[in-house]
Amino acid sequence: MTDLKQIDWVPLGLIIGMALLALPLVGDPAAWLTLTAAGLAMGMMIFVMSSGLTLVFGLMDVINFGHGVFISIGAYVALLVFVPLAAWGAADSLVLNLSLVGLAILVATAATGALGYAFERVVIRPVYGQHLKQILITTGGLIVAEQLIHALWGANPIPLRLPETLRGSFLIGDAAVERFRVFAIVLGLAVFAAMYIGLNRTRIGLLIRAGVENREMVEALGYDIRKIFIGVFVAGSALAGLGGVLWALYRQILVASMGMEMMVLIFIAIIIGGLGSVGGCFAGSILLALLANYTGFLMPKLAPVSNILLMLAILVWRPQGLYPVAKR
Amino acid sequence: MLRHLLSGDLPRSHALGAVLMIVLVALAGAPFLFPGSQSLNVAAKICVFIVLAASYDLLLGYTGIVSFAHTMFYGIGGYGIAIAMHGISATWGAMGIGIALALLASLILAVIIGLFSLRVRAIFFAMITLAVASAFAVLASQLRDITGGEDGRSYSVPMVLRPSFRLFDEPVLGVSITGRMLSYYIVFFSSLLLFLAALRIVNSPFGRVLQAIRENEFRAEALGYRVVVYRTVASVLSAAMATLAGALMALWLRYTGPDTTLSFAIMIDILLMVVIGGMGTLYGAVLGAVIFILAQNYLQLVMAKLSAATSGIPLLPQLLHPDRWLLWLGILFVLSVYFFPTGIVGRLRAGRR
Repeated sequence: MTDLKQIDWVPLGLIIGMALLALPLVGDPAAWLTLTAAGLAMGMMIFVMSSGLTLVFGLMDVINFGHGVFISIGAYVALLVFVPLAAWGAADSLVLNLSLVGLAILVATAATGALGYAFERVVIRPVYGQHLKQILITTGGLIVAEQLIHALWGANPIPLRLPETLRGSFLIGDAAVERFRVFAIVLGLAVFAAMYIGLNRTRIGLLIRAGVENREMVEALGYDIRKIFIGVFVAGSALAGLGGVLWALYRQILVASMGMEMMVLIFIAIIIGGLGSVGGCFAGSILLALLANYTGFLMPKLAPVSNILLMLAILVWRPQGLYPVAKR
Repeated sequence: MLRHLLSGDLPRSHALGAVLMIVLVALAGAPFLFPGSQSLNVAAKICVFIVLAASYDLLLGYTGIVSFAHTMFYGIGGYGIAIAMHGISATWGAMGIGIALALLASLILAVIIGLFSLRVRAIFFAMITLAVASAFAVLASQLRDITGGEDGRSYSVPMVLRPSFRLFDEPVLGVSITGRMLSYYIVFFSSLLLFLAALRIVNSPFGRVLQAIRENEFRAEALGYRVVVYRTVASVLSAAMATLAGALMALWLRYTGPDTTLSFAIMIDILLMVVIGGMGTLYGAVLGAVIFILAQNYLQLVMAKLSAATSGIPLLPQLLHPDRWLLWLGILFVLSVYFFPTGIVGRLRAGRR
């Protein structure tokens, strides 16, 4: 995996091919650039939200249908920073604005990470190895948590204003690319790079990858896979919280169900990518978001089913997803 | 006779039998026992949701697969009626065409989803049904010309089912027999029939195979049963029943829209009903639906009182706010899955010993 020759370039080629194919279809290069940037930003957000879920599944065969609620909680916890420090966001200073967002991300990821720890302990642990119960329990957790958000923050949607310097667009030629989207792309790439290095260059990453491939073997070598798993679960929940902050800034309006509405895209992304594969999840998220943007522009009527059609096409081509993980 | 009607699947508990009897009598006599349009509405909803929950239990409880596309089939039934009655005419013929086409659509979709995703594991099926159902919901609200979009469709029903229709000039037992009441009895008897049919299915040799698959998939396969085929047939049957439930609801409401048929909230409601009532027994669906619909309509009154009574204490009034009724049912749901996976029915049956 560390050797460039070992990387399967076909799915990445697919992304580039799709973008290039869309160029003549869209016609106007400026519109194409706007669409592509929007798609990449969306894809990065989906990736940030879904990468934890796919690792959790790969490592421990646990599926968390309540994952979406960590996204919502991340967004709502970020309010605790955004509201009292609103002056930082209103100031026309990049440093103040970015430190506000950074602080919000820090608080949100800490909160969702801690919550993930509790969730793993209380909710997930009793139902290891029982898929049916996992789906039911985590869905139940989702219902309760959504209602708790309503109880704590009220049932009305809460508006959130983007910090001043992240508003508006960059003009590249005729194309307008929203600043926040560039920010999301940069952040998403940073997360991907951090995960890639963490998984491929560190000892713990090696154990995680080995655990995804063959859990029993890692255990037989004397490592406590449960401890690794808890770490991954916490990290995955924190990433969902980070995704929640981004998603909240993107929507600029918070509702308790905002995480749940992303779950469909997240599931499709991790299925397309191959359950358990971070790289696949990255490629899948971007493919999904780009296609959604292009079809939304070219054939709006077809847009709602474009995800499903993409999933069908990919699964017919590679039934185990873009980057199949061994044994699945 | 009774044993035969229930396909040999008796309640096996005096308490459960008594509760079921009360539900049956209350629903059968609802127009006379609880006059008033709101209570009749609640009764009709209970009838339809019993069928819906029972059809879902066929999948969840008997076959052991989790689908999130059940509301899609429910919605197809509703839209079948809506499109036929709105587009053709408010006649029985149009209604028949609508139901037939809706059943056909559900059948095709269920077979496609089943063959595509039931080969793999339960998790895959759950995720794929969630994706397909949400795409369907978006599609339904986008195709405005056909479905009426977000607003949905209101339509007329055949003459004899309209509220203004009177069967007799004189009231019977102090209640005049209106078209509304006839509609209710169509809903009631259809639901009863569908429920008995579901009982028949789960207690047939076919139903036994489903339970065998739920308990041990590999063993069932090794014994020579084609697991994929059985699961697909189960999901098709369940989809067909959900479609009919949707058609009944449409007939009763005379309105079909995305929020009342396709939303994820309804999917959650069905899940709660089946699990709280008791998975793997159709009587659980009955109790679950009754408790849930009653809670949905009347728990809020109780909670409003409690919320007012605790108004001095921090946080508690918010938790007891009438709009938070789902919070408490959600907690009940989680506790059910952990501590009594056989639900209320399982508890009642265990209490006998």
